[in-house]
This record gives sequence, C-alpha cells and structure tokens, in this order.
Amino acid sequence: MKYLYFIWKNLGRKKMRTLLTILSIAIAFLLFGLLRTLGTAFELGAELSGEDRLATIHKISLIQPLPYSHVTKIQNVNGVESVTHASWFGGYYQDPKNQFAQFAVEGEKYLSIYSDLMSLPPEQLEAWKKNRIGAVVGRATANRFGWKVGDRVPIISTIFPQKNGSYTWEFVIEGIYDVKDARADSTAFLFHYDYYDEAKSFDNGSVGWIIVKVANPDESPRIAAEIDGLFANSFAETKTSSEKEFAASFAKQFGDIGLITTYILGAVFFTMLLVAGNTMAQSVRERIPELAILKTLGFSDVAVLNMVLAESLLISCIGGALGLGFAWLITSGMSEQVAAFLPGFVMGLSVAILGVVLMILLGLLTGILPALQGMRLSIVNALGRR
Amino acid sequence: MFNGLTQIGIITVMNLRNLPQRIGTSSVAVFGVACVVGVLIGVMSMASGFQRTMTNAGSPTTAIVMRTGATSELNSGINYEQSQLIANSPGIQRADGEPVASPELFVIVDLLKRATQSSANVPLRGVGPSAFAVRDSVKIIEGRNFEAGRNELIVGRGAHSQFANLDVGSTINFGATEWTVVGIFTAGGGLSESELWCDSRILQNAYRRGNSFQSVRVKLTAPEALSELKTAIASNPQLEMDAQLETDYLAAQAEPVSMFIKAVGYPVAILMALGAIFGAINTMYASVSTRTREIATLRALGFGSFPVAFSTLFESLVLSLIGGAVGSVIVFLLFNGYSVSTLNFSSFSQVVFDFAVTIDLLIQGVFFAAIIGLIGGLFPAIRVAKLPVATALRET
Repeated sequence: MKYLYFIWKNLGRKKMRTLLTILSIAIAFLLFGLLRTLGTAFELGAELSGEDRLATIHKISLIQPLPYSHVTKIQNVNGVESVTHASWFGGYYQDPKNQFAQFAVEGEKYLSIYSDLMSLPPEQLEAWKKNRIGAVVGRATANRFGWKVGDRVPIISTIFPQKNGSYTWEFVIEGIYDVKDARADSTAFLFHYDYYDEAKSFDNGSVGWIIVKVANPDESPRIAAEIDGLFANSFAETKTSSEKEFAASFAKQFGDIGLITTYILGAVFFTMLLVAGNTMAQSVRERIPELAILKTLGFSDVAVLNMVLAESLLISCIGGALGLGFAWLITSGMSEQVAAFLPGFVMGLSVAILGVVLMILLGLLTGILPALQGMRLSIVNALGRR
Repeated sequence: MFNGLTQIGIITVMNLRNLPQRIGTSSVAVFGVACVVGVLIGVMSMASGFQRTMTNAGSPTTAIVMRTGATSELNSGINYEQSQLIANSPGIQRADGEPVASPELFVIVDLLKRATQSSANVPLRGVGPSAFAVRDSVKIIEGRNFEAGRNELIVGRGAHSQFANLDVGSTINFGATEWTVVGIFTAGGGLSESELWCDSRILQNAYRRGNSFQSVRVKLTAPEALSELKTAIASNPQLEMDAQLETDYLAAQAEPVSMFIKAVGYPVAILMALGAIFGAINTMYASVSTRTREIATLRALGFGSFPVAFSTLFESLVLSLIGGAVGSVIVFLLFNGYSVSTLNFSSFSQVVFDFAVTIDLLIQGVFFAAIIGLIGGLFPAIRVAKLPVATALRET
C-alpha cells in the first residue's frame, strides 16, 4: 500500500496513453455488462421459475390445446398440491404491432401459485373476482399503454372470435400487479377463463397449458411421469416437465444467445488483452533504467514485480469499474422502457461479480510478462543500456 | 527542395517499409481492427441471412389470402367453401382451366434440435398438389414426394439439417399418428426449407381440423392483379379475408427478428469500434514516440510538417485496412453458410437460415476499418506536425 502513491504517479507519466488504455478497457467492460445482461434476460425464465412447479403441455406442440378434463384428472395425482391452467389469447391493443402476452386464467388460483413472483393488492383482487370482464395487467404493460385501474380496454384477438363473430374483446382493468423480483416479467395481461371460454366461438372447454404445483419438489420426476402416464394413448397426450426445464427449453428455441454473446465478448476481451498488454509492456520497457535504479536502492525483485503488477491491475480495475458502472447506469435507465418488450433487462449481481473477476484476471494477465521482465532485470545491464 | 507530393511519397513509403520494425505494436492495432470488423460482419451476416431466407423465395406474383386480422398463417382460418370461392376469384392464373391456388394447413410440431436436443417448434404444412404449382422453386433432392392419402412427410433442406430424426426413411410420431419421411426438398433457399410438408387431408384428420385450412396461396396473372383480387374478396360477404403479396407478408414476418439483431448488432459494433479507435490511437502514439528522433531528423533535413504528419495518418489507415481485410476474410471463411435456426415469433415457429456474408457487408466492414484508421491516426498525426524539431532531436 505504501507504494500506491508511487504507482499512481507512474500512471500519470504518460497521461494520454493511460487514459486511452483505461478507456478501451472501460469499453470492453461496458460491452460485457450490456451483453451479459441481455444474455441473462433470455435465460431468466429458467432462473426465476419455481422449483415446485411443473408445466404440462400437449405432446405434439405447445400450441395444441388440452381438454379441460385434464385439469381435474391431474388434481387427483398423488403429491399434487394444486393445479391451474392458462390459455394464450394472441391479442393486440389498437395496432397489430402492439403485441403482448394475454392469458385466460383462473384468477385467484393463478396468482396464488405464482405468489413468489407476482403481487396484487388484495382490494384489487377482490374487485377483479367480482368483474366478469375484469383483467389484471403487469406494471410494464400498464405503463406502456398508459392504462389505469378502471380503464376499459378493447383487445383484438388474432385467434379467437366471440360467438357474435367479433374479434374485439372488451376488458376493464381491475388491477395492476407488480413483480417481486425486478428481473421478473411484468408484461402479462390476465383475465378470467370463464368469460373467455363461454364467449369464444370454437375450441370451447380447452386450456392452453396446465401448471401443477407439487408438495415436494423432490417428487417432481415421479409426478411428471405419472401425469403423462394418465394421458398416454389418449387423443391429447401430454409432456410434463419442471417449469425450469420448460423455460430453459423455450429460451433455447431462440438459439443460443448466450453462446453468441460469449463469442463476441471473447473477441472483445482478447483484443483488449493485447491492447492493454502491449501498452503495459511498452511502458515498462521505457522505464527499465528506472527500475534498475529502484533495485540499486535496495528494492527487492519481488517488490518490483508487485509494483508493475499493481500498476496493470489498477489500470484494469479503473477501466473495468468505469465500464461496468456505465453498463449499470444504461441498463437501469433502460430497463423500465424496455420492460414491456424485454423483461429482465436488469444487470444482476452475477454479472457484476463475473465482471470483477474478469477485471482482476485482465490486470494480472496484461501485467505478468512486463512484471516478470522487471523482476529479472540485471541491474548492471539495465543501467548500462542507456 | 522537393515539392510537397514527392515528400509525402518518400516519407510514406519509408514509413511503411519500416513497419516490420514495429511489428509488435502494429499487429496489435491490426488485430484490434480485425476483431471489430469481424464482429460487425458476423452479426450483420446473421441479420442478412435471416432476411434472405425469409424473403428470397417470395414471388411477386404470388398472393396469400388469410382471415382478416390474422397476423400469420398460424392464427388464420378458412373453411373449404371459402377456399373454393377464393380460388375462383378474378386475377388468378389458370392452368388447364383450373385456378392455380393452394389451400394450406399450417400447424406446429415439437421436434428436437439436432445440436442441443432441446425442443423446437417446427412448422408442419399440409398441402395439395397445387402447392407445387404455386411455388415453382420447390424441388425434391432426395427420395420422392409424399403420396396423397398416406402418412408421409417431405422435409425442407434446412429442417433436415437442424432437427433430429428427419432422414429419409425415418419415422416420427405426432400424437397418435406415425409418419414416415420419404423425401427432402429445396425451395430456392426460402422459408419453406424450414418446414415439413404432408398431404393436407391427412393433416386435417390427424389434427381434427375438419375440412378447413389456414391460408390460400394463389398465382396472380400479374403483380397488378392483386387489387382486382382484393376487390373481389372484399365485395363477397362470405369472405372476411385479406389478400397480400407473399413478398410483403414475408417481409413483415421477418421484421421483428431482423430488427432485433440489428438493434443489438450496430451498437455493439460501434462500441467496439470506439475501443479499437482508442487502441489505434495508442498504437500510433507509440509508433510516433519511438520515431521521435527520426521524425525530427527528417524535419531538420527540410521535410515539411505536413508530409510527415500525413505519413502517420497513412500508416494508421494501412494498418486498419489490413485489419479490416483480415477480419472480413476470417469471418467469411468461418461463418458464411453456417446454418442456425431461431424462433420467429410472428409465426411461433423455427426458421432455419444460413449466415450470409454478402459483398455489401464486406464493403461496410472495410469502410468501418477505414474510419477507425483515420480517426486513430488523426491525433498522433497532429502531434507529429507540432513536434518541436530542436528539442525532439535531443530526445533519447
């Protein structure tokens, strides 16, 4: 620590060079922060899904509906705590570009199964239960369209006409739910299954997918197998998996976003390693006579090694902290605006921790060769080089 | 006294010939630019490949008719009578007296991706013989076509490469029915290559769809005939349908994903470029500072400040262009034609596409490299121009 001032002074020797190196490292970490946050936003579904929830879908495809009778049958499977279901509505508000997720659900039950993620004020829940055409919407979507409690909103379904032939369904916003984890999705629009099922003109008595809450997560594999066994060889065979697997497999449908961002970041960091390493090597080369004088004054080899390493660490950490900080500012500034399109665009702790680890690694890697060079200096040769 | 141009020429050539002496720092600059250009072209080739697959095979004389308000085939619905009415509308080509119109059923089946063994929404299209008349680019490249009335599938080239168990001869189960893959087809690199096709009647039965369809594709007599078809459909109260050109439909379907890739790709490329500019400035400053005495000597000999500064700028430009070329070539060799698939949200199904490293992108990449080189060399060049000759000569 006592050398800190000395190291700091060394950084100021060529201010422009130090500044440029720090800036390029900052950019690398800014990219790291942004891209990792983007990558995790896609993987978030899996991370936030409950251990005790299973998802049952039609074996042929997620879009095939299941008969309602499946719900009651699953209720009787040993170890199942509660069962609910949801159906995709595929609607938009005013313009086909304004798409968001709407689900027809059993309101209270759905919210109670997802109580670890969603919260709705009790008085709004009561009001919702009383209004047949009532709906509850997530904060992000409410903000996106400027909806308030009490608003009447027409939603146009791209799939389901009502019995009167109209594709426009009227809803009243009775509540706005918040999410308990900033990264969770607050875009969904929930409305009563009863209203939906009675009013739509086809596919009545069917549900989109079934959500099963199990009493003991350790029993999930057995319960999943039992559920699928119930409907084997029926006209609507099922595929049941833990919500985590389901979310992970759905995220994979987009392709390996994580892998792509890793490739890009790999290229970025490799470049930065070379740029910063090269700068470090050069600044040590220029200082060889000085280092020799330090040694003549009695500084040990290890002290010289440490000093050079500390310098590169300092550069890397200043740049890294700048970049990550900037990334944090950007993501937290943007997360509300993009929440309606890309929920979970929030920089998590894991990103920050990985960032700090990378900073230290980058600092050590760029400094190690010049540091070793400094350590191995022979005083006589180095002084004579001038 | 030389004239200015000769001076510039001499110093620049000398400078470039000295490059090997500064190979370390120079290659760092080259590598930095190569990485930036590589990432730029790589990401953009993904967007262009996706775009190409989505829109390439769309024909300007093909129209697609779907229910009014449907945003994709998936949520459209057309019954048999309506499909007949549509087929017999004006503006549609006729072959042997029959209209060239193909009513089609579009569903999604859950298959595994070959690479990750994770599930994928694969489009399964039920078609009749007229589907091949509407799409003239479809060709069977292995096996044979499906036979009407049998549980047989033909699979697109892209689907075959990306999803598991689709080789000719293999069987797959969708629900209670078992299907045999009998052929592989190409469709001019278009979207159809991501799909599985089968007989529409069999699919209607398997999915309990009655005698209904989701879209009717028709061959127009000319692109202008669309308005004629539209008017005819609009004036028929039995048809709550909309006709649009296939090319327009496909472009709209492609937009969200292309937009997403570009919205991420460009900012990333620009940030990386900024980083590379910092790197390039550093390199050029280093190159200038190691040559301080040399430059001062030149100045003392009577070379002007502009030619010396210009040579620095030129050096930076050359290094960046080399980097740009290296990056382009590597990405081209590595990624061009590399096949991937993603979920296209508009149709909720997988689209298989190849990275397309186009000439346009390569030009963009080189252009990008040139900008990095110019900005990176500018400040060091100014420093060179301002170098005080007397003190610089004494510098060690």
